[in-house]
Amino acid sequence: MTTLIDGLSLGAIYSLIALGYTMVYGIAKMLNFAHGDIIMVGAYTILTTLNITGNPYVAIAVSIVVCTVSGIVIERLAYKPLRGASPLAVLITAIGVSFFLQSIAQLIYGSKSQSISLPDFGKVSVGGLEINVNTIITLVVGGIIMAALTVFVKKTNTGRAMQAVSEDKGAALLMGVNVNRIIMITFAIGSALAAFASLFYLMQIPSITPTLGSMPGIKAFTAAVIGGIGSIPGAMLGGMLLGLIEKICLSIPAIGPYTTAIEFSLLIIILLVKPIGILGKKVREKV
Amino acid sequence: MALLEVKNLEVFYGMIQAIRGISFEVNEGEIVTLIGANGAGKTTTMQSIMGLIANKKGTVIYNGQDITKTPGHKIVRMGMTQVPEGRRIFQQLTVYDNLLMGAYTMADKKQIQQDIDEICTRFEILGQRKNQIAGTLSGGEQQMLAMGRAMMSHPKLLMLDEPSMGLSPLFVDKVFDIIKDYHKSGTTILLVEQNAKKALSIADRAYVLETGEISLSGGADDLLNNEAVKKAYLGA
Ligand SMILES: Nc1ncnc2c1ncn2[C@@H]1O[C@H](COP(=O)(O)OP(=O)(O)O)[C@@H](O)[C@H]1O
Ligand SMILES: [Mg+2]
Repeated sequence: MTTLIDGLSLGAIYSLIALGYTMVYGIAKMLNFAHGDIIMVGAYTILTTLNITGNPYVAIAVSIVVCTVSGIVIERLAYKPLRGASPLAVLITAIGVSFFLQSIAQLIYGSKSQSISLPDFGKVSVGGLEINVNTIITLVVGGIIMAALTVFVKKTNTGRAMQAVSEDKGAALLMGVNVNRIIMITFAIGSALAAFASLFYLMQIPSITPTLGSMPGIKAFTAAVIGGIGSIPGAMLGGMLLGLIEKICLSIPAIGPYTTAIEFSLLIIILLVKPIGILGKKVREKV
Repeated sequence: MALLEVKNLEVFYGMIQAIRGISFEVNEGEIVTLIGANGAGKTTTMQSIMGLIANKKGTVIYNGQDITKTPGHKIVRMGMTQVPEGRRIFQQLTVYDNLLMGAYTMADKKQIQQDIDEICTRFEILGQRKNQIAGTLSGGEQQMLAMGRAMMSHPKLLMLDEPSMGLSPLFVDKVFDIIKDYHKSGTTILLVEQNAKKALSIADRAYVLETGEISLSGGADDLLNNEAVKKAYLGA
């Protein structure tokens, strides 16, 4: 039971990151490989602000701002000039941005891992189960954020425009939608979600290195593909599924060491059975 | 007064020149049609006017303003929009959300609801299928939705790119009736068609486009009786 709750909580982290991949893919049709490194940016921002102010709430607020701005700046400087370029050129640029961010972090903070002490609210016992309060916070806040995002995309003008742009940029423009602005907003939202993910990640593993974003980034990307890249509910489902599987595997001593292998095998199996992912939508080829 | 004026427009796809310096105008209150065979450059012309194709030379003036370099989303706010070739409705959104997208530039919520009600009366089928996913509509119904969606932004000038393409004769008649009707309510129309007979029958003036150049122009009635037009486009 504790394993399940731990799994869902880890899943919430993966989901938040996966949303960034999937939304950017849906709207800009690109794989933003630097997305995982935004988590690292968020983590160092939390560390630095916490050292200066000592206040974890200020730290998370600053981290959200820094991540959002980083996302926007990266899009403007690195990706926007490549609009209409070949997907390969965009992908290589994204990998370049990823290395760039990691190198900057290494220059500033060095490559040694740094530990961070976030408030620990201890454990509560619910119905005879001992559960970390941090786990519950992750699950609840993560759930609220995802619900809010769903409502935003479905019910607001900007959210609807995001769906329209992801389906047909030209037609969206004919409705009066500023496509570049929508792409920018998408990067901003994805990066803000990554800031939350980095906070929750640090609450579970309180140590930071310049490559901290790589593993959760790749796992979340896997989750996004499993759920169906481009699909928002798909990213949530894929993230939750991957988190659960990871914690369940880790809790069984016999297969624990093979957890990561199992996760990526799942990706391959899903891609073989249903190449568009669990909730992926078939894209109708435009003639 | 010319509401839309296109001067010496040239459009390129890479090295290939698709439009070779065409000029035409649409006066306020007119229905003007641009006819021509498949591949003549009609869609290219329409898209470059709306800023969907950047690689062009020449001048486009709308309502007295030079919009040659204006981004398309701003042109929509100025009162000109387009029902694109192939309809291009948002397949995964509901009929209702498609109409809301059409009203993206409108601020007045009450007015938007009123417009949706009006469009659902004008196109009964849309009223009945408001909450249906648009991709499940038939081709004719999708064309109705594409037209209704464009009307939501209250355009002064509405361009339609082959609205009758691929439709059954019943829907073709319906589409032309709707255009005539909408024109009467005070909107200037630029209509691109391969169905030249139908287009000329509702238009005031017409231009004939042939491999990127305007080969003929004049009053719609004159062109209907022109021997060359009859031979090439009216199947007579
Ligand atoms: N995206 C494109 N890339 C290259 N050539 C194109 C493209 N779109 C259209 N063309 C060419 O431009 C010419 C005009 O096409 P188009 O404007 O679609 O004609 P129409 O709408 O009159 O059928 C054609 O020769 C067509 O092959
Ligand atoms: Mg065409």
